[in-house]
Amino acid sequence: MTTRLEGRAKVTGAARYAADARFPGLLYARILRSPHAHARIRRIDTSRAERLGGVHAVLSSANSPCIGWYEESALFDRTVRFIGDEVAAVAAESEELAEDAVRLIAVQYEPLAFDMRGAPAEPKTEQRGDLARGLREADVVLEAAYRTQTALHNALEPHGCTALWHGDHLVVHESTQGIFAVRDEVAEKLGLSPQKVRVITEHMGGGFGAKQIAWKHTVIAALLAQRTGRPVQLMLERSAENLAVGNRNATEQALRLGAKRDGTLTAIDVRIRFEQGAYSAGGEASDVIGTYLTLYRCANVRAEQRPLRSNAGPAVAFRAPGYAEGNFALESAIDELAERLKIDAVELRLRNYATRDQREDKPFTAPQSLRRCITRVAEACEWTHQRSGLGFAAHDWAAGGGWPPAEAEVEFRDGAARVVVGVQDIGTGSRTALAQIVAAELGIALERVAIELGDTQPEIYGPTSAGSATLATLGPVLQDAARRAKNAGRGRAVRADNPQDKSIRTCGAQAVELAVDRDTGEVSVKRVVAAHDCGRIVNPLLQSSQVIGGITQALGYALNEHRVVDPRLGEVLNANLEEYKVPTLADIPAIVNLSESMPDEEANATGAKGCGEPPIIPTAAALANAIYSATGVRIRELPITRDKLIR
Amino acid sequence: MPGAPFAIVGAMTPLRVNGEHVELDVAPRRTLLDALRADLGLTGAKKSCDMGNCGACTVLLDGAAVYSCLVLAVDCAGRAVTTIEGLAADGKLHRLQEAFIAADALQCGFCTPGQLMALAALYDRVARPSDAEIMRALSGNLCRCGAYQNIVRAARMAREP
Repeated sequence: MTTRLEGRAKVTGAARYAADARFPGLLYARILRSPHAHARIRRIDTSRAERLGGVHAVLSSANSPCIGWYEESALFDRTVRFIGDEVAAVAAESEELAEDAVRLIAVQYEPLAFDMRGAPAEPKTEQRGDLARGLREADVVLEAAYRTQTALHNALEPHGCTALWHGDHLVVHESTQGIFAVRDEVAEKLGLSPQKVRVITEHMGGGFGAKQIAWKHTVIAALLAQRTGRPVQLMLERSAENLAVGNRNATEQALRLGAKRDGTLTAIDVRIRFEQGAYSAGGEASDVIGTYLTLYRCANVRAEQRPLRSNAGPAVAFRAPGYAEGNFALESAIDELAERLKIDAVELRLRNYATRDQREDKPFTAPQSLRRCITRVAEACEWTHQRSGLGFAAHDWAAGGGWPPAEAEVEFRDGAARVVVGVQDIGTGSRTALAQIVAAELGIALERVAIELGDTQPEIYGPTSAGSATLATLGPVLQDAARRAKNAGRGRAVRADNPQDKSIRTCGAQAVELAVDRDTGEVSVKRVVAAHDCGRIVNPLLQSSQVIGGITQALGYALNEHRVVDPRLGEVLNANLEEYKVPTLADIPAIVNLSESMPDEEANATGAKGCGEPPIIPTAAALANAIYSATGVRIRELPITRDKLIR
Repeated sequence: MPGAPFAIVGAMTPLRVNGEHVELDVAPRRTLLDALRADLGLTGAKKSCDMGNCGACTVLLDGAAVYSCLVLAVDCAGRAVTTIEGLAADGKLHRLQEAFIAADALQCGFCTPGQLMALAALYDRVARPSDAEIMRALSGNLCRCGAYQNIVRAARMAREP
């Protein structure tokens, strides 16, 4: 089995992350954050911090350029809108001194009224057919409401960077999923041309969506480095990581499903509210309505999602944004509907799954792959809805097919290849899978391929690692560039458009087997069986790791993880890794990955699609369905904690 | 007074790091993790939570796995520290390291040095640890990518036959 190219670097400690960049004269920065959920800053006194020995610069709204941020806000705004909003920053000789200095900054706040419940903003609505008719035609209408919680990414490497200037050129060693996204945004904020900003991400310690945009810390570090004439490292503390740089939005989903007695879906109606926090941070949108519009064949659909603005930290994409949340509700509801119809839950899915993209009105490139995944998982777990503790869910995901723009360069000499791409390996193994595609095209061993990535300097554009898109975006480009290099010694290629008449998606199914202790409410997950369509599997070992990792994260989402906020104060009560319960080794069941290689030749020339996000999508619903099967208790709210089960 | 700067104490702290004698000139409040990373340039141990919750900073202190973010550097005077950089001997990977690569027991790799050192402490004592011993050794190390299943697989692979 082909193992990851950076394996040795990662097991020896040689792999360099954003905070591992070492430069002579390096300063350490720290950010002062608002202790109020909403307040106006009356006065900031930084004089004591500035006088502290070892402190080289203090930045706040009093002395920094006015740089616009989020919609109408600023880098250091005079109004703070959540606990954790940036107020000031310090660069000092050590992290300890930077922390001391931050504590010496005196700020006078004028507290303002705040809203943790959230004020509804403009909704986004999509509909097709005639909902009223669909409901009239139904023999059974299921009406139910589901809720999902705010979850925190908590990548083990916090957000952060090391920034330094060479004359008027800025170099940033950043922990990011999008080196070009950060380069362009930082250049714009600082009024530089993009060519004067170089972003490097050699390795990064996880992002899961939260590191796909430029956050304030990068510009703050750049300004501090400029002011001090020294390199500045600014890594967020764990608490800041949990307050200010994104979360998975909580949702409320009220839905109606109408079906005929034979199981045919006649109507889907869903109204969703989701928490956006204090700001709209940008990046991949949370498309909670997405799966309602595409997973099942249904002529009459109305789907509406409405963001709520509150005085909490801003939401941002988190692995399969919108779909993990939407799927929990929809796939729980499909089980509830199946019971009302007295139709087997897997059979109901097989009768209704869509083979066309009803949103785009086009057939899918691989219309039967979902059936294959559903059947494979059902067979492997010897599916029967009568078996206690067994639950099932299917899913789709609008992405995974990749898209332009992207480019790549390949040099081929003396049987060895040098590859340059402008993406970053966020830990999924992009480096390895992309190099494998070149090796296969050139007919050489993988060891003969040297791949360079994670650097904007070569000016070879690569996309943000989002939408499970990297492999399907760059794979075909590399295949093309390698083919050219084979003939000419050097080849450059750009990403072609996707087919116009078909829609590319990824999909899959999972089953969860568990037992519930009736006295304590403890859920013991025994096994999760999964099959996902990610087209041709380029590297089975790495694909398997994505499935195992996605399901592990999903189990945390389903059972434990929950950002707890005190509504009276607006304060996050568990902004750390002790009280925010991410899964540990002891929480993990056997995860069985039954994904088959199913080359999707119509999607792109490699036949490969992404698999980063899909595995996190259907687990929570399969788990809720398994709990219902084991106990007869239907939990419509994540996380499914013991108190909810015992109540 | 909260936040007042600490006085810097002039005494040097002598210790062995990966078999080499070093003298650290650090403030009493400096953690072993910060000393390793900032003063010695050994960046393999990672700062992730800085409060003993995650295990990414795990190193060996006199052979025992410790969270280096919870140990003061000055308290390491006269003691032996082994970091991930010291796990491979003369460029030859430790069998745990080989197994981690083979089993793909990592994704982003940020927790990996800590996971490996937590296991190394066990494997230094026990050549063929039981599954329960492996689970206990790893119980204080988080992996947010969710590579646990393969971490355990790697640990089993590394057991001596």
